[in-house]
Amino acid sequence: MNHASSTNLNLTLKIWRQAGPQQVGGLKTYEVEGISTDMSFLEMLDVLNQQLIAKGEEPVAFDHDCREGICGTCGVVINGQAHGPDRGTTTCQLHMRRFQNGDTIVIEPWLAKAFPIVRDLVVDRSAFDRIIQSGGYVSVNTGNAPEANTTLVPHHVQQDAMRAAACIGCGACVASCKNASAMLFVSAKVSHLASIPQGQSERSRRVLNMVATMDAEHFGNCTNTGECEAACPAKIELTNIAKLNREYMTALMYSKE
Amino acid sequence: MVTVADTPLDGRCPDGNIASRWDQRKRDLKLVAPNNKRKYTIIVVGTGLAGGSAAASLAELGYNVLSFCIQDTPRRAHSIAAQGGINAAKNYQNDGDSVWRLFYDTVKGGEWRARESNVYRLASVSTSIIDQCVAQGVPFAREYGGTLANRSFGGAQVSRTFYCGGQTGQQLLLGAYQAMMRQVYEGGIKVFNRREMLDLVIVDGIARGIVTRNLVSGKFETFAADAVVLCTGGYGNAYYLSTMAKTCNVTAAWRCHKRGAYFANPCFTQIHPTCIPVSGDHQSKLTLMSESLRNDGRVWVPKNKGETRSPDQIPDADRDYYLERRYPSYGNLAPRDVSSRAAKERCDAGYGVGSSGMSVYLDFSKAIREDGESVIREKYGNLFHMYERITAENPYKVPMRIYPAVHYTMGGLWVDYNLQSNLPGLYVLGEANFSDHGANRLGASALMQGLADGYFVIPYTVGDHIATRKVTPVSTDRPEFHAALDAAKSRVSAILNVNGTHSTEYFHRALGKIMWDHVGMARNEKGLLQAISEIQSLREQFWQDVKVLGSGETLNQNLEHAGRVADFLEFGELLARDALHRDESCGGHFREEHQTEDGECERNDADFSYVSAWEHQGVGAESILHQEPLKFVEAPLGIRSYK
Repeated sequence: MNHASSTNLNLTLKIWRQAGPQQVGGLKTYEVEGISTDMSFLEMLDVLNQQLIAKGEEPVAFDHDCREGICGTCGVVINGQAHGPDRGTTTCQLHMRRFQNGDTIVIEPWLAKAFPIVRDLVVDRSAFDRIIQSGGYVSVNTGNAPEANTTLVPHHVQQDAMRAAACIGCGACVASCKNASAMLFVSAKVSHLASIPQGQSERSRRVLNMVATMDAEHFGNCTNTGECEAACPAKIELTNIAKLNREYMTALMYSKE
Repeated sequence: MVTVADTPLDGRCPDGNIASRWDQRKRDLKLVAPNNKRKYTIIVVGTGLAGGSAAASLAELGYNVLSFCIQDTPRRAHSIAAQGGINAAKNYQNDGDSVWRLFYDTVKGGEWRARESNVYRLASVSTSIIDQCVAQGVPFAREYGGTLANRSFGGAQVSRTFYCGGQTGQQLLLGAYQAMMRQVYEGGIKVFNRREMLDLVIVDGIARGIVTRNLVSGKFETFAADAVVLCTGGYGNAYYLSTMAKTCNVTAAWRCHKRGAYFANPCFTQIHPTCIPVSGDHQSKLTLMSESLRNDGRVWVPKNKGETRSPDQIPDADRDYYLERRYPSYGNLAPRDVSSRAAKERCDAGYGVGSSGMSVYLDFSKAIREDGESVIREKYGNLFHMYERITAENPYKVPMRIYPAVHYTMGGLWVDYNLQSNLPGLYVLGEANFSDHGANRLGASALMQGLADGYFVIPYTVGDHIATRKVTPVSTDRPEFHAALDAAKSRVSAILNVNGTHSTEYFHRALGKIMWDHVGMARNEKGLLQAISEIQSLREQFWQDVKVLGSGETLNQNLEHAGRVADFLEFGELLARDALHRDESCGGHFREEHQTEDGECERNDADFSYVSAWEHQGVGAESILHQEPLKFVEAPLGIRSYK
């Protein structure tokens, strides 16, 4: 029934447990046995939780939803890497065939001042919503739109916009950055909208407001380490941050808005 | 025997020429003056395509919108996972498309079990959706000249599907989310995230508020409003394994049903033909491979039973391209229900592939040979990548293996033409209602319906409710709010107090197995009766034996899940009863007793050309059936053939 040849693993897990935002947390050690290499990482955590419930211990809280890598809900730090060892892969899409029998896996929540811990591996990422609120859109009311083919958008422009728009808002960029910077997240939305004709009217205002909100939300600054790009499951490119800086400087110096 | 209500249900559709019915209705709807709109509050539950677009559009009009979502942010609703595209009758391809053709394809695709007037309106506003989304900055695929690109989807012989790679749902949802966030910034919307709706509050016969549980603090809250708009998606997780997100549930809709809202056609569930097959007992969900893949992929199984050669070693002569064989005019783009059953038929007959024998090939080698790998990569790169991550097989080299899985639910709360349920003031949008897809939904039509309802229908119809009924403010101090709050609290503590031995996961999986085995792709009377009795005993066992740890005063995901499973255990029975009552085969509802010689659906228009809307009479008690007769004038009843 298995896709490839599957084997079973016995693993040691060290998981961050924290009862609430104000409580002190710490790593707790658990053993799991018979984990199929066909399982996803979250299915492995499901197995652990079933085991804990059977023993009368409270299960580990972790965020997850679509389990197909697009909703951006899941995300934990696995052995020091946001979303674990695979490039371009969310935690839910990481599969256990990536691990060896006998491995010890350390699992922690996103750690950033701007993402307070809610419980165990669950954090509060509402700062991202507030960044988008401050300008991450085109101001067009329902019903105002002109015929869709009126404005032509060249194929390569659309492709660039799409690559930036693919951000899933998971927060791995922040979690992997030593400065807990949200520059990759902000730059993805700024680049997407700055590159297409529909985003031009608010181009300057958008970048200035979004950067101001990002700073107010206690995210750090970018020092071009590139960890964010390496951790990003949606493969958002670091060049977006260069674009963001250019957009920001241009707006700061020349904007008449 | 089912008790049938005496008076037929009336969808309150306008009369006259079908093309002008929506204009006619808009002319008749009462308006709320711009300055007065800010005096009214509207609750929108759910932030998917329907809820997000509704919340943004209503706030733009000036209403105070309270928006609720179960996720940590509105941007995560499961509309985000829709892959392939959104239909619209733009006729950009000059290939004979029109509003009428999209309407006809949708009615036929739904096997003549949808309401003509609604479907026509859906088709006619489809073009405005594309305009709106492009204006928001949604990066739809483009031709080299800069015009919008299209592709084909199942059940249509024109190319009318707009798309953003394999992430169309994501981009459309982010468009709606961003429009929402703009209104949050401007003060028109207040978002309540990580909230679960646990009850509907009715005051003087009108829906006036909701009870929620704050999933972080565990606190119960009540909210009052002048209208409640429910956009809480489908109930596919009743089957446990489905392509839906883990938190998708029936709770909000079910609680409205228990307060008197009719549940329509719950047995119309869609099993999608192209999903990654189950790999073992640990499986927590199934992953869809977009229908758009069938534009370039060919579905086949070996012609010989017990074939041992690897797929690339099997020559064409030994392959059975069964969709192309059985449905030559639509081929691999036969609609979902038809393709799913065809896959099941081949696997049941012993021709399936993979170690379980429960999958078929979806093969791209011809397209890769003809168009080159880079073209295929641009169209489907992210889907191929996802497939490889899950299965550890490279679909550029080896054909994908796929099998059908529960994907979408056409049934939902009953609504009239204005999308208002039988409870005044309660509106139901998107997948949560029943109205537009009949017994089977065509690919790329879910996104279209969610956005049509939210952007272009509810902004007009909700004002009529407010203006006509002259609603005045209510306070959450009213006894109706207290009663609903107490009911919600006591249900949660009842779950915590069972203190049994089996986890919620155990019960959910057990329910899923019953549903899949007896209420899945093929149903029969004996199996359905068995399912009903098994669900009843499982439900009893749940309330004696479920084990939920922790308290109700913190984030407790296990407790949340338990509440949803408890509702699925009630709802699953209604689904099975509806399937038992509908003694015909149509669309996604296939009764083995009613099939043609070659295994196609045998519909019974004389006896079942109606919507089944069920009125709750208590858990375990038989519901009362309200019938809404369906008339087909513009798209006359016909044989649904894709041969």
